[in-house]
Amino acid sequence: MSKSLSQVFLPAFGGTALLLAAAVFLANRQHAENKLEMLQARVETLDSARADARRMAAAEAGRAEELAQKVAEIEAAMADRAKVGGSLSRPAPAQDGPLGLGRSALAEEIHAWDVDILPDGRGLPEGRGDVFTGEEVFAEACASCHGDFAEGVDNWPVLAGGFDTLADKDPVKTVGSYWPYLSTVWDYVHRSMPFGDAQSLSNDDVYAIVAYILYSNDLVDDEFELSHENFAEVRMHNADGFVVDDRPSTEYPHWTGEPCMANCKETVAITKRATFLNVTPESGGDAMSAPETAPETTTGTTTSTTTVSPAEPAAAPAPTAEVAPEVAPEAVAVAVAEAPVDAELVKAGEKVFRKCKACHTVGTGAKNKTGPQLNALLGRQIGAVEGFRYSKVFQAAREEGRVWDEASLIAFLAKPKSYLKGTKMAFSGLKKKGDQEAIIAYLNSFRGE
Amino acid sequence: MADLFKPSRRAFLRGSAAAAAGTVAGSAVAQAPDPLITELQDWATLTGVGVDETPYGLPIRFESDVVRRNVEWLTASPISSINFTPIHALDGTITPQGCAFERHHSGAIELRKEDYRLMINGLVDRPLVFTYEDLERFPRENHVYFCECAANSGMEWAGAQLNGVQFTHGMIHNMEYTGVPLRSLLAEAGLEAAGDLTDKWVYVEGADASSNGRSIPMEKALDDVLVAFKANGEALRMEHGYPVRLVVPGWEGNMWVKWLRRIEVSDMAVESREETSKYTDVLEDGTARKWTWVMDAKSVITSPSPQSPIRHGPGPLVISGLAWSGHGRITRVDVSQDGGITWQTARLGKQGDTKALTRFYLDAEWNGEDLLLQSRAIDETGYVQPTKTQLRDARGENSVYHNNCIQTWYVNGKGIAENVEVS
Repeated sequence: MSKSLSQVFLPAFGGTALLLAAAVFLANRQHAENKLEMLQARVETLDSARADARRMAAAEAGRAEELAQKVAEIEAAMADRAKVGGSLSRPAPAQDGPLGLGRSALAEEIHAWDVDILPDGRGLPEGRGDVFTGEEVFAEACASCHGDFAEGVDNWPVLAGGFDTLADKDPVKTVGSYWPYLSTVWDYVHRSMPFGDAQSLSNDDVYAIVAYILYSNDLVDDEFELSHENFAEVRMHNADGFVVDDRPSTEYPHWTGEPCMANCKETVAITKRATFLNVTPESGGDAMSAPETAPETTTGTTTSTTTVSPAEPAAAPAPTAEVAPEVAPEAVAVAVAEAPVDAELVKAGEKVFRKCKACHTVGTGAKNKTGPQLNALLGRQIGAVEGFRYSKVFQAAREEGRVWDEASLIAFLAKPKSYLKGTKMAFSGLKKKGDQEAIIAYLNSFRGE
Repeated sequence: MADLFKPSRRAFLRGSAAAAAGTVAGSAVAQAPDPLITELQDWATLTGVGVDETPYGLPIRFESDVVRRNVEWLTASPISSINFTPIHALDGTITPQGCAFERHHSGAIELRKEDYRLMINGLVDRPLVFTYEDLERFPRENHVYFCECAANSGMEWAGAQLNGVQFTHGMIHNMEYTGVPLRSLLAEAGLEAAGDLTDKWVYVEGADASSNGRSIPMEKALDDVLVAFKANGEALRMEHGYPVRLVVPGWEGNMWVKWLRRIEVSDMAVESREETSKYTDVLEDGTARKWTWVMDAKSVITSPSPQSPIRHGPGPLVISGLAWSGHGRITRVDVSQDGGITWQTARLGKQGDTKALTRFYLDAEWNGEDLLLQSRAIDETGYVQPTKTQLRDARGENSVYHNNCIQTWYVNGKGIAENVEVS
């Protein structure tokens, strides 16, 4: 209050002094006593005005105190209400017993909708299915997204493998490596799959598919049959891999309390920059695409307190795997600039080659299967492997003397049926540049075979 | 009354200083009269469109850039995917439904109110079926809550990756919901059959093909969960679960089941796909946290940001952003302009509502030098939003979800902003 009161008075005092000084000056010069009297009268008036102002200010001070008290009351009430569960909304009145709304659910209705399966197996219908049947059903209903071997196509989820990767920066979370309960697999396949045709599978087919997924993850052997009877006997690899949310004890105590406000660290340097990755959609808004505002390359800029040093080019973008459930790290490879051919790439190519293995072999002793063997493929004449019955388009390519090089192989792998129209190869193609490069690196590692 | 003296006095002093320097306070001198003022404009002489023109309006075409956006490489198909709220272009706290982010597991479905049924079954005294009309006859409430996908900022764990706040923080929206408390519906079905409620669960499930389902502990179900049918005063949009969705205040968006069709009281968590294989958090040693439902306190500066650079020169600059906490109200937000060396407490647009977005402002003076902008939220429990380093030290980098770390924007002398990470 004192501060605002002084603001009331200061102008009044200042004005008075000024007028007094002016009055004395005028009086000395003109020797006009009457004028001085007039001015003295004016001063008296001002004095009285000052007294009035003081009284008013005192009244205002009282009023301000009242208001401050009211504000405090309102804030306390708001805080109370916030504690009770929020905002300034009033809760719905408590009910004394049912309102009599709705109707009884019939047993048939509950049966139709209540199909979830609990971890202990409650809710499972009777039925059975073996690995062999499962492989067939899987190929028909699931493989177009998840791959023949549950390895995942494009960005669709990988269902098998990934063991011992959970402590890696990009864990591969599959049914085998991650899922703690078998009930979840059965429940999800039965209730939500296949994508675009949910709840179309018979119970026995679901048992068979789940048996096949277990087999793909080395959880059962190829003779295995899954049924409602032996369901509880299956133990998942990662059953003990979970802890209940412990943030309240492991994190919150460390991140509570008055934070630092000044001199919180000595220097600051930029360590990573999103623009180096260039994976942001271009339609991100006018500011991002307008050339006149495009970020310029900064090679070291200083501010008074901050050292902004050029960033290390960040590593490959973080795979976001489950922003949405269906994201594969490979997705990112597309956006990253051409990678050098290296052991990592060959390794990646080996993984991609799983899509080809059903029909092709490569390496020592490779033989023709549904497709020709692929040793020393780059530089090899198209359609020239001994003993393999090629399609007409391949035979024609051979007669033209065409040779597999990187460009032709990439074009073929990208869209097999467009590049060599009439090819018998059923594979739909490798759309990702990263996959194409990886598989070429992998095949090229057998150039000496 | 007393307060009235302050701004006027300050304004007077500022005005006289400017006059002394020979300039007019607050603006440059115009070189020539502005034709927008001196010439008669079409809109000032001709008539505009009539009231029949737009029975339901969209934003004016000049704002056509303010839309949800997708990051295509993120997912296999836009039908099972997510898009992002253009938070760089919004102000205040309420998110218009038309640009509020969407997340579907099997696409957004059209479900008529007439075809809508909600079942309550399991450990209840009277398994019931409600129609949409039934729901509208229960006493209802209004609340503003944020809904944040657990994966918001998930792409940023390993490093600064996406150059725009829409993409780094746009899996969030904030609406005023109208609905019936879940506890009213549970009371209608009766919970005597459930016995001791402390270890009971409520499983909720959607009507779409994914039948997304989540288990919610009974304590939360009886607390503030809403069965909502209106958002921001109007019917829910299709993409937000028309005609009925669940609202689970402060908890991860995946639990806010859309097209809600079934509520089952049970004696254990279902451990559905969405609460085991997804929405669990792998820690550094490979073990994973489950049931991490609460969204911890978080904030971000929405402007300046990569999509909202500083277009004016040096001088007054409004730094603005959003803060929120799944634990309650935001009580304070601090802003740093030097990458975390010094902090200033920002001004809250209005007092924070519990589990709702809070707008903050720092009214700054930009001298044209580089900025490293950060914001730091503090909620009513005293929790302080952690740095990226703190979060990584606690959890490693294997996680996807629950990244609530402090974000840094580097703003250069031209006002261009960029997503960066700092030491």
